[in-house]
Amino acid sequence: MGNSAAALPNSTAVAAPGRRRNYARHYGWFIVPAGAVVLAVILFPWAFTLFMSAHDWKIGGGRLYVGLENYRKLFTDERFLWSVLRTLYFTALAVILPMLFGTAAALVFNRRFPLRGLARTIFILPMMATPVAVALVWTMMFHPQLGVLNWLLTQLGLPPSMWVYDARTVIPTLVLVEVWHWTPLVMLIVLGGLASLPVDPYEAAKIDGASAWQAFRHITLPLLMPFLVVALIIRTIDALKAFDTIYVITQGGPGTSSETINIFLYLQGFAYYNMGYASAVVVVFFALIVSLAALLLWTRNRVRSA
Amino acid sequence: MSEITRRTALRAAAGLLAAPALVERAGAQQAFDWKRFKGEKVEVSLTANPRSALLLKHQPEFEELTGIKVGAEQIPEQQHRQKFVIEFASGRPSFDVIGISLHVNKRQVGRAKWCADLRPMIQDAALTAPDFDFADFGKGAVAYSTQADGRMDTLPEFTDYFILYYNKDLLAAKNIALPRTFDELYAAAKALTDPSKQQYGFVGRGLRNANVVLWTSFLLGTSQRDTVSADRKLLTDTADAVWAGEMYQKLMRDCAPPGSIGFNWNECQTTFMQGRAAFWIDGVGFAAPLEDKTRSRVAGKVGYGVVPAGPAHHNCCMFGTGLGVSEQSSRKEPAWYYVQWAVNKTNQLRFLTSGAGAPARSSPFRNEEAIKDSRFPREFFDTLVKSASIARPGLPEIVPVTEFRDTIGAALTNMVGGADPAAELKRATEAFRPVLEQSERAT
Repeated sequence: MGNSAAALPNSTAVAAPGRRRNYARHYGWFIVPAGAVVLAVILFPWAFTLFMSAHDWKIGGGRLYVGLENYRKLFTDERFLWSVLRTLYFTALAVILPMLFGTAAALVFNRRFPLRGLARTIFILPMMATPVAVALVWTMMFHPQLGVLNWLLTQLGLPPSMWVYDARTVIPTLVLVEVWHWTPLVMLIVLGGLASLPVDPYEAAKIDGASAWQAFRHITLPLLMPFLVVALIIRTIDALKAFDTIYVITQGGPGTSSETINIFLYLQGFAYYNMGYASAVVVVFFALIVSLAALLLWTRNRVRSA
Repeated sequence: MSEITRRTALRAAAGLLAAPALVERAGAQQAFDWKRFKGEKVEVSLTANPRSALLLKHQPEFEELTGIKVGAEQIPEQQHRQKFVIEFASGRPSFDVIGISLHVNKRQVGRAKWCADLRPMIQDAALTAPDFDFADFGKGAVAYSTQADGRMDTLPEFTDYFILYYNKDLLAAKNIALPRTFDELYAAAKALTDPSKQQYGFVGRGLRNANVVLWTSFLLGTSQRDTVSADRKLLTDTADAVWAGEMYQKLMRDCAPPGSIGFNWNECQTTFMQGRAAFWIDGVGFAAPLEDKTRSRVAGKVGYGVVPAGPAHHNCCMFGTGLGVSEQSSRKEPAWYYVQWAVNKTNQLRFLTSGAGAPARSSPFRNEEAIKDSRFPREFFDTLVKSASIARPGLPEIVPVTEFRDTIGAALTNMVGGADPAAELKRATEAFRPVLEQSERAT
C-alpha cells in the first residue's frame, strides 16, 4: 500500500484535499435533512432530558434548578436502589433461562423427526402474541383461587402457588412469562446457526471416536458462539426494557416487590409527574444499559477474535 | 337640503320591514336555545367506565338536540389521567370537555386553573336550559365539585360510595346477621371463613395504591376520620390510623383469600361473583355485573348494606367524578351545552337504573317508577340514599394523591404480610411527609 501511494503523481496527492473541500462545499448540504432529523429525534431529546434532570420539575407545577440534587437523591432513594437490584435479578433470570431452553430446543428441532415442521410452528407461536394480551391471559391463569394453573397443580397432587400474588414468588413468576414468550426467539437464532455449521468437523470427530457430548462441547458450542452472543445481546436488551408484561400483571406489586427500574421510572414520570427526577432515572438507566451493552459487545469481539 | 329619493325610500322601507326580525333576534339572545351553536363541534375526553359508555351511547340525542357535533373518546382511567394532565400542562389541550376524578385530580386541576369556572354560565339564562335545575344536585356532590376558593370548575357527574356487599346465602347458612360495626364485621367474616371449602369471610383490595381506600373506610369510623388535617398535615401514624391499619390487617390476614395482597377491585369482584366471599367493601359502581345472571353465580343473592360503623363515627368513603370545560377552549359555550346535557336528569337516571353508579342529582332517587323497573332490589337504592347521608371524601384533597396512595398502600401490603401496623404507618408517613410539604410549598 505504502509503495503504491508513493507511486501516485504529486499533482494527484496535492489536488485530493482541495477536491474533497470542493465536494463538501457542493454536496455537504445533502446531509442537512438527515442531520436535522438526528438533531430533532436523538440529540435534542437527550439534551432536554439532561436539562430536565437538573431541575425540580413537576407537570402542572413550577421548575427550579437543582443541579445534581436529583442524582444525589436517587442514590440515597432505597426504593430506586431496590428497583435496580430487582431489574438485575429479573434480567439475569429472563436471559439465562430462555438461552438454555432456546438452545436445547434448537438442538432438538435441528434433528429430523416426524411432524417436525408442525412442532416448530407451534413452538414459535408465543413469540407472535401481543405482550399486553399475553399478560392479561396469564393474569387470569395466575389467580390463586380461580386460575387454571393452581387447578392443574392440585390435579397433580401439588400444593397451590401464590404466583404473582406473593412477594417471594412474583419475580420468578414474571420470568416464567418471559421464558414462555421469548424462548422461541432464541431457538430461531440458534437454529439458524446450527443450519449454517459445516459437516466436516463432525465427520472428523466421528472418525476420531468423539462422543456426542464431546462433539457438542468442542465443535457445536464454539461454532455456535457468535449466534449465542447475538441472542444474548438481544435478550439482555429485551429483558432490561421489559415493562408491558410487568405493568399489566402486577403494576410493580405486591407492594413494591416487582417494581423494576422501568416501573419506577413510569410512576415517577407519569403517575407522580416528577419529570426532573424521572429524567435523572432515565440518565442513570441509560448509563447502565450502555455499560452492559459495551460489556456484551466486548465479549462478542473476544469471541470473534478467538 | 337633502331630497328623498326613490333609493332612500326603498332603504327605509326595507329597514322597517326587517325591524321585527331584528327585535326577535335580539330577544333570542336572551332566551335559551339548544340550537344556538348548531354546526359547531366539541371534543370530549372521558375516562372509560359504564357512565361514559352510556353518554357515548346516547350522544346522538345531544347532536340531534343541538346540531353540535361531538368527537368523544373514552380512555382507561390511569392513561386518561396522564393524558389530560400532560395536555393541560402543554397549554393546548385537544379537548373542550374533560371528565376528571375529583378524588385524584381535583386540587391539581383547581390549583392550575385548567378548567373554567362554570358558575357564570350556570347563572346565564341564555346559556343554561330552563329545566337544568341546579338545585337538584346533592349538596355533598356540589361541595365535592367546588374548589377551596369557591370556583366551581366541574359539574358533579357521579358520586361513588363504598358500600358493603354481602352474600345472603352464606350469611343465612350460618344464621349471621348483617354487621353494624367493624368489630362485628370481623367476627362475622371470621366465622364464615372456611379455607377447606375455598370460602372466605371477606374480600377487599390488597394491591398497593388501590388498597388505601379500604383502610380509609375503617379510618372514617374513628374520631379522627381524615388522613390529613385542615392545615394539610399528615395524620397517618396516629392511634386512630393504627387502629384502622390493624382492622385492615385482621380482615385481610384472617378472613380474605390467600394472595389478596395482589387484588384490585376486579379480582375482588370475580371472587365475590363466584360465591367465594361473604363480604366485600367497595364502590357502588361495581354492582351491575354481580346481578348479571350470565356472569355471576350470586345474581339475585347479593345483599347491599351501608359500610359498618367505627368506634366513634359512622361514615362511608365518597369518591366522584365531574365534567369540566377547558379554560383554553375556544368553544366554551358549546362545550357547556354538552356538559349540561351529560348531567341532565334523563342521563343521571340512566346511571342509577343501569347500575352504572350513583348520580350526583337527587331526583333519580325519587323516581319510584324507574326504581321499581330496575333489575336492582329496593335494598340497593336504600343503601345508596343512606350512604349519601354519611359520606365523606375517601382520599385527602392534596395534589400528590397517587404518591400518597402508593406510599401508604405499600405499608398496608406489608401489614398483610405480617408487619407491625404502627411501624409501617410511621415509616410510610415519614417517607411521604416531605413530598406533601414540598407540594404545599409549591401551592
